[in-house]
Amino acid sequence: MAVCIAVIAKENYPLYIRSVPSQNELKFHYTVHTSLDVVEEKVSAVGKSLADQRELYLGLLYPTEDYKVYGYVTNSKVKFVIVVDSSNTSLRDNEIRSMFRKLHNSFTDVMCNPFYNPGDPIQSKAFNGIVSGMMVQTG
Amino acid sequence: MAGSQWELPPELCCRPMAFVALTGLDVVYNAVHRAIWDAFCANRRADRVPISFKVLPGDHEYPKCRTKRTSYEWYIPKGIVKTGWMNKHLNLVPALVVLFYELDWDDPQWKEKQSECATKVEIVRTSLQGRNTKVAVVLIQKKTPLPPGEDLVASERASALCSSCDLSGKSLFVLPHTDHLVGYIIRLENAFYEHAQTYYYTEIRRVKSHKEFLNKTTHQLLFVRHQFKMAFLSELKQDTQNALKYYRAAYSLVHELRAHETNMLEIKTMAGFINYKICRLCFQHNTPLDAIAQFRKHIDLCKKKIGCAELAFEHSAWMSKQFQSFGELFDEAIKLGLTAIQTQNPGFYYQQAACYSQDRKQMAQQFCQYVNSAIVGTTYPSPDPLDTQSGGLDFYGQRPWRQGHQSIDPTDPEKEKLGILALQIKERDVPHSELIIALLSNAVAQFKKYKCPRMKSHLMVQMGEEYYHAKDYTKALKLLDYVMCDYRTERWWPLLTAILTTALHCAYLMASVKDYVIYCMELLGRASTLKEEQKSRIEKNLFKVLMNDVPEAESECDQSSVGAARSLWTDRMALSGSNELMVEMQDYIPFIQCKARFQSPCFHVDQPIQLQVFLRADCPHPVSFSKLTVSLSNQEYNQWCVVESSVQDHMTLLPRKPRCYNFSFVAKTEDVGKKVEMMGIEMMLGSNSGRCVFLSWRGAGGDAASTQEALQASRSSRRWGRGNEARQELDWDSLTMQHSTMIISRVPRICVQLSHQPPALTNEMFCISLTVQSQENVVAKDVKLTAGLKPGQEAGLGHTTHVTLDGSSVSDDNAPALLTDVPLGDLEKCVYMRCVSTGPRIFLFHVAYSIDTAVEGRHIVCKCHKDETVTVETVVPFEVLVKFVSTKFEPLEQVAVDIPFLLMTDIRSSSPWPLLLSSSSLQLVTVTSNTPPLQSQLQQVVLQTGESASECFCLRCPPDTSSSNTVATGQYVISWRRKYSSADSPLIQTTVTLPHVILESVPLYIYAADLPSFGRVRESLPVRYHIENRTAQVMEVEIAVDPSDAFMFSGLKQVRLRVLPGTEQQMLYNYYPLMAGYQTLPQLNISLPRCPTSNSPALRRFLPQRIFVKPQGRQPDDASIAAA
Repeated sequence: MAVCIAVIAKENYPLYIRSVPSQNELKFHYTVHTSLDVVEEKVSAVGKSLADQRELYLGLLYPTEDYKVYGYVTNSKVKFVIVVDSSNTSLRDNEIRSMFRKLHNSFTDVMCNPFYNPGDPIQSKAFNGIVSGMMVQTG
Repeated sequence: MAGSQWELPPELCCRPMAFVALTGLDVVYNAVHRAIWDAFCANRRADRVPISFKVLPGDHEYPKCRTKRTSYEWYIPKGIVKTGWMNKHLNLVPALVVLFYELDWDDPQWKEKQSECATKVEIVRTSLQGRNTKVAVVLIQKKTPLPPGEDLVASERASALCSSCDLSGKSLFVLPHTDHLVGYIIRLENAFYEHAQTYYYTEIRRVKSHKEFLNKTTHQLLFVRHQFKMAFLSELKQDTQNALKYYRAAYSLVHELRAHETNMLEIKTMAGFINYKICRLCFQHNTPLDAIAQFRKHIDLCKKKIGCAELAFEHSAWMSKQFQSFGELFDEAIKLGLTAIQTQNPGFYYQQAACYSQDRKQMAQQFCQYVNSAIVGTTYPSPDPLDTQSGGLDFYGQRPWRQGHQSIDPTDPEKEKLGILALQIKERDVPHSELIIALLSNAVAQFKKYKCPRMKSHLMVQMGEEYYHAKDYTKALKLLDYVMCDYRTERWWPLLTAILTTALHCAYLMASVKDYVIYCMELLGRASTLKEEQKSRIEKNLFKVLMNDVPEAESECDQSSVGAARSLWTDRMALSGSNELMVEMQDYIPFIQCKARFQSPCFHVDQPIQLQVFLRADCPHPVSFSKLTVSLSNQEYNQWCVVESSVQDHMTLLPRKPRCYNFSFVAKTEDVGKKVEMMGIEMMLGSNSGRCVFLSWRGAGGDAASTQEALQASRSSRRWGRGNEARQELDWDSLTMQHSTMIISRVPRICVQLSHQPPALTNEMFCISLTVQSQENVVAKDVKLTAGLKPGQEAGLGHTTHVTLDGSSVSDDNAPALLTDVPLGDLEKCVYMRCVSTGPRIFLFHVAYSIDTAVEGRHIVCKCHKDETVTVETVVPFEVLVKFVSTKFEPLEQVAVDIPFLLMTDIRSSSPWPLLLSSSSLQLVTVTSNTPPLQSQLQQVVLQTGESASECFCLRCPPDTSSSNTVATGQYVISWRRKYSSADSPLIQTTVTLPHVILESVPLYIYAADLPSFGRVRESLPVRYHIENRTAQVMEVEIAVDPSDAFMFSGLKQVRLRVLPGTEQQMLYNYYPLMAGYQTLPQLNISLPRCPTSNSPALRRFLPQRIFVKPQGRQPDDASIAAA
């Protein structure tokens, strides 16, 4: 299960970011922010080869000593980032994919809300609930 | 360099090369020997064999060889690898000793020399007692040797020398000292290399042979040692594949060792060494993935092997070193051609190394704290437990106070304690921050290379923080400032806030007023994610600084620095002068937002210009300011845009309540048509008595985040729902800035009317009459008119349009297309336009005047103007058709010379208005009129639309006309005007050029001169035919008259006659018409017998063919019958 989940706007500023409360929140912010380097690189590489365009899942962005960072980018260039503890080896690629799919569905619901202004921070309770379900439960 | 304890030994990091010692060379005094030595050691490029040479004296003492053990039964090893071992084999124990000796084959003292050589060899051998080191002899000779087999003396003496020195033939070499020294040297060293390889091979075999004596319980350490030795010797032998194999074996053996607290350091040290060698060889073999995999395995295995808890910082230091040295290996491989990628580059390893160094620092602080707190006593233990008698360790990775000790428990707990204490005290003095910063900056350089700007920024933040911890605040601020704007543009507010907080600490501790103020402002701003109470504290501090007071210390700063900072601040405050600070706002996201706008994008000069400045404070407490100024592009207006504190309440901004300041001023009349722009807005915080800060916004306000916010607000659909609310309270985000306004002239209050009769006719003086009517309340002065072709139309139009005010005569072509600034005496005026070409034209009538008016009590003279335009089509008034016909009204293709013909003109009006044709005339060239000049037939004719007027002229071409084929005939001039124009309006002359004609000359001209216009039945009709010879020859003519039903005639029926040159003959016939109506005259058949080509119709063409015959007239008495 994830230790940090983030939604990043097309312009690369955070729309939503949530991490497990037990650890240093700022550190996760930095981890997500630095992972955008790889996302940008991957997205621009996809642009070059048209074949792969429908694949939204970017896979493992980069491993650090402590965490694994996965990325996903929607067609409107909104990015999802999931950070998983490196010690959590039970998590398979498929499960990460399905987490992203769930996240994307929920995000689509947020966007469909006529009272939500695209580009504003996400404050939806439903979305929050979905994210909570995917986070590591502490205490 | 501190931390050297963790540096890898240089003998481990170098590339091992076979060691060959050269003796018997005197490189100082003997030039020949010097040259030989230089040839060995100079220019050792990659293509030369890998040997490290050393010159040693002939009697050099090599390290003693210990007596070989025959049994390991009672042997208990004291450590894994001795510290001196690698160096010994690299630099002390040679694989081969080469003795250089000067001896020619034909040396006169051969015997003596031979035995001397043998003695020298013996000395070397003795010194190498017990080792397998080879010995070789090189004879330095002056003469070039003969080819092998030819010099019998040489081969004989060579074998003698070999036997006396106890050498094999392969170990004796000859080095002729001739021109090709380098070539000989290269051959020599290849031979040496072979000997060295044999040596290392036997050494490896020897080490391997120990294995069978070992047992698993007591000799575990030896298993590792032997594998390591074999690997290292293989490297010396340049057999890297096998070396890698042995190292891998050694690595797995090292982890099989029983690990406990006392030997943990030794195990990790050796594991680190072996891992380094493996990774290095993998990179060398171009298998970087193997290297990375090995390193990961190494880290995973060793991560948890912390060892002694009190010395946990040592583990972090060691881990850091592992990552660092792997990063360096990786980087080196890249320099040699390996390609790295964004997600796998040396930067990650440097970063991780820095991370462990940070851990180390933290742990060091934690463990060494009690060292400081003087419970045990801060004094360094004496005698120094870290001191060893030899000055170094015997085995890698052992504790100096218990070397060689391999049991689980420390021998002496007291000694152990002192040793740990000594290490802790030493650790306290390590410049951790320096190490961390060096690693981070390495990582930054890598990430920059591999396109990771955000990672780079993140590391720079860490560097800044580290500088902050190291109390180098200037450098810290420089770095933090640099990356701050990246985070600001990326809009990661939590990160920006964190960086700003660190920066604020730095600014506080170095008492940098300006930086402190800027960071405070941004931390109070809307981008800051700080909590209200923190903001409140910061705001209070900011106001303290503005009051020229010392701010409260930031929390989390350590006490000693706070003391120093406080005194710095007091000094700063005591300094008078330079109390003013200027801060540019658009680079930050400050706590006061400013947006300004002109009420309208343009203002009339007689309206006051209205300008609004909106301010909003985002901080938790109200803010008062003392001055607000707007500077405009024309500085003269600035005086009207100032608010200064008179009423304090007016100058206070309440938290999150936008406040609007209105300014208005009267524009200068000179500025009409110009733009007024806001150059900047300045707000003064604080007061002159304390410290004042000028917040300055460029243009119409806005800061680093406002563009994005405005965009977001414009996207917002919620605006619609909020319509009613917005009326009461301003919606800050949707407030747009208007940074410039246009000053435009006063609205004219006059009426300009144009009357005219379109379309205009080509060339006519087209009259447009203009009526100006003023609706002003006061007198309009200086009324001026500009009339004519509107500029900016088709280019050629200016040359074909002429404007004048004088309608009494036709303007010439020099008249301008646009009349400017005509003083308008009357309010009615006629303007005449002459358009030479057809097509539409736009005419402009611009009436300008000035008027006195008052705006807000100020008198100004306004210039107003009103423009009217009218589009006028120009058309051709009439079309003129001209044709030449013969006197018989038959169309002419050619005109015969000296024979009359007719010119017919046809004027067809296409003007919608009736035209009055005043007169017409011909201006002839070449041809002349056949009749006396007559009055024009068209005089005073009026043509309605579509009507035509025709005229006919009889012309003749004079006989002496030179017979050029086509000739011009002249022009036809028509004078005309519109019928309903005033009588004094000028006549327009339209000239039509007549067509050219083709001339022909007629040799024989036959015509009937006096034919009456009609005949009458049964009345005689005499016709006289003239036959004129126009040639210079006598003409013979035959004439016959055909009979006709309509006529009886008398005269010659058939005649043949001669006509002399230039004369004529006449023939008279009396015709007697028999029938009424158009009748064909009896036909004359004319032929020229001398000239058969001429035909009758051509000669006959000037003759009349028909005549109208009237019926016989009635007698008067017939009238009575009719009456009856």
